[in-house]
Amino acid sequence: MSKQLALVIDLNVCVGCHACVTSCKEWNTSGSAGALPDERPYGKDPSGTFFNRVQTFEVGEFPNVETVHFPKSCLHCEDPPCVPVCPTGASYKREEDGIVLVDYDKCIGCEYCSWACPYGAREIDTRQKVMKKCTLCVDRIYDPELPESERKPACVLACPTSARLFGDVNDPDSEVSVAIREEGGYQLMPEWGTNPANHYLPRRKQRITIHEDELIRADSPLKKEGVHPHGPVEDVTLDDVTSW
Amino acid sequence: MNPAFSVIFLTTLIGTGQGLFIAVVFGQPYSGSGTSNYGLVATILAFAFLAAGLFASFFHLGRPERAWRAVTEWRTSWLSREVIALPIAMILVLIYALLQWIPGLVDGKGMNIIGLAGVFVMLALFFCTGMIYACVKFLQEWATPWTIINYTVLGTASGFVLATALSAALDVARLGEFKGLAIAFTLIGLITRLFSFQRNNRIKYRSSIQTAVGIKHRKITQRSMGHTGGSFNTRAFFHHCSHKLISNLRLVVIVIVFVIPVAMLILYGYLPREEILWAAFIVQYIGLLAERWLFFAQANHPQNLYYQTVG
Ligand code: SF4
Ligand code: SF4
Repeated sequence: MSKQLALVIDLNVCVGCHACVTSCKEWNTSGSAGALPDERPYGKDPSGTFFNRVQTFEVGEFPNVETVHFPKSCLHCEDPPCVPVCPTGASYKREEDGIVLVDYDKCIGCEYCSWACPYGAREIDTRQKVMKKCTLCVDRIYDPELPESERKPACVLACPTSARLFGDVNDPDSEVSVAIREEGGYQLMPEWGTNPANHYLPRRKQRITIHEDELIRADSPLKKEGVHPHGPVEDVTLDDVTSW
Repeated sequence: MNPAFSVIFLTTLIGTGQGLFIAVVFGQPYSGSGTSNYGLVATILAFAFLAAGLFASFFHLGRPERAWRAVTEWRTSWLSREVIALPIAMILVLIYALLQWIPGLVDGKGMNIIGLAGVFVMLALFFCTGMIYACVKFLQEWATPWTIINYTVLGTASGFVLATALSAALDVARLGEFKGLAIAFTLIGLITRLFSFQRNNRIKYRSSIQTAVGIKHRKITQRSMGHTGGSFNTRAFFHHCSHKLISNLRLVVIVIVFVIPVAMLILYGYLPREEILWAAFIVQYIGLLAERWLFFAQANHPQNLYYQTVG
């Protein structure tokens, strides 16, 4: 299978801090996709072009509720409905790594592709009048000037909880594939057959069983290995002060 | 969806132009007298409607100066196919006009061939326009053959009503046929549009908030869409009009696109005044603008699931 770069977003650890939103905006407004204009940023009714948003959902009913923070950007679908509808060929999916991009020099701003994306991942740039969307930071992930560890999308680097993983979902041994496989990764709106490359990891409850005797320190870990005694031990636990 | 006026004008104007041209070609065998310049005037008018539609379409583009690029992806994009079909249609209409202007260039058979080729391209153009909407499968109100049928029938009806008015102004001999067909197409349009309204009333949406965020819980409420100001997502996909307005508009559309024009066409039989036919065309055209507005406003984009609450 050919390479398909993607993000895997862990809803279990996302705290909804919007660091990925601001770092995305910062990188992309200054990079090859920029500028991403803001209209009236400090005025009434502000608006702007963003590639990534963090939304918040409440699941369940009080008192049994969970707050789910939900980052959303272009999912780089493996079968992207936004690409074939484009009349100019400005929207395309790269063969070599599966990133869906818009050629800003070809786009006529007809907005047809935004109708054809079920996820609302595309936004028209109100100044440049062309369609824009997440590029997976294509202008930094291959940049040889950057240290290897920084050749990742800006949002991934910014996330303080490491809720965003980045890698090739078609390589079964990659970090993202293992996460999808082992943590129940899923796709959004599977009903439309778009086969999004980005996956989400669900909320999961983590429980450990602790038995009562494990709560009480029965023995010094410094002592040599042996059978655990039952119950609390009143006796001295060190042979003498020099035994350690 | 938030209806875009450029697209509303584009689709209604070229629809009328296409319908009028079909009417002209249909009327050709009836042009016995040969004294009237009806055919020429009607053909030029059809061209004018197509050109006006093309003009309106440019207002939809962010970068109209690059519009020529839209012909390149005809292999996959219905929009691209429409962009190719429209100029071909306009060229055929011009040739047809020229042949009527300078008679004797080709014989009657040649005229018929050019005319029928034009009709074929007009039908193909209706199909392309309809498919632009019908091929977006998750816009479930659009993803149906009714979309194509309605574009075709309503455009044709509007063209025939205009042809009736024109023939009353220029050449009364063919009026009967045009009027009969105008009434017929309008009534067929009423039936097909009612069918599509009915279908859209009963749509079961395949996407839900559950599939949108991928959490299988019956109660999911959005608490924040991630921004308090508007964005492209809140502007382009929401019309911000009440359900009441939409259902009232539906009634208005049924009355002014279908009922009033048919009544006026019938009335003309008893009160043969040309103005009645012109009024019928204008009323129907205004109705079609509302119909097209409704077509967009009624379409529910699944992305709206992500933009329910500002926060
Ligand atoms: S998420 Fe939308 S814009 Fe991105 S590839 Fe899929 S359909 Fe296209
Ligand atoms: S807005 Fe640009 S990228 Fe989108 S379909 Fe139109 S030409 Fe293609």
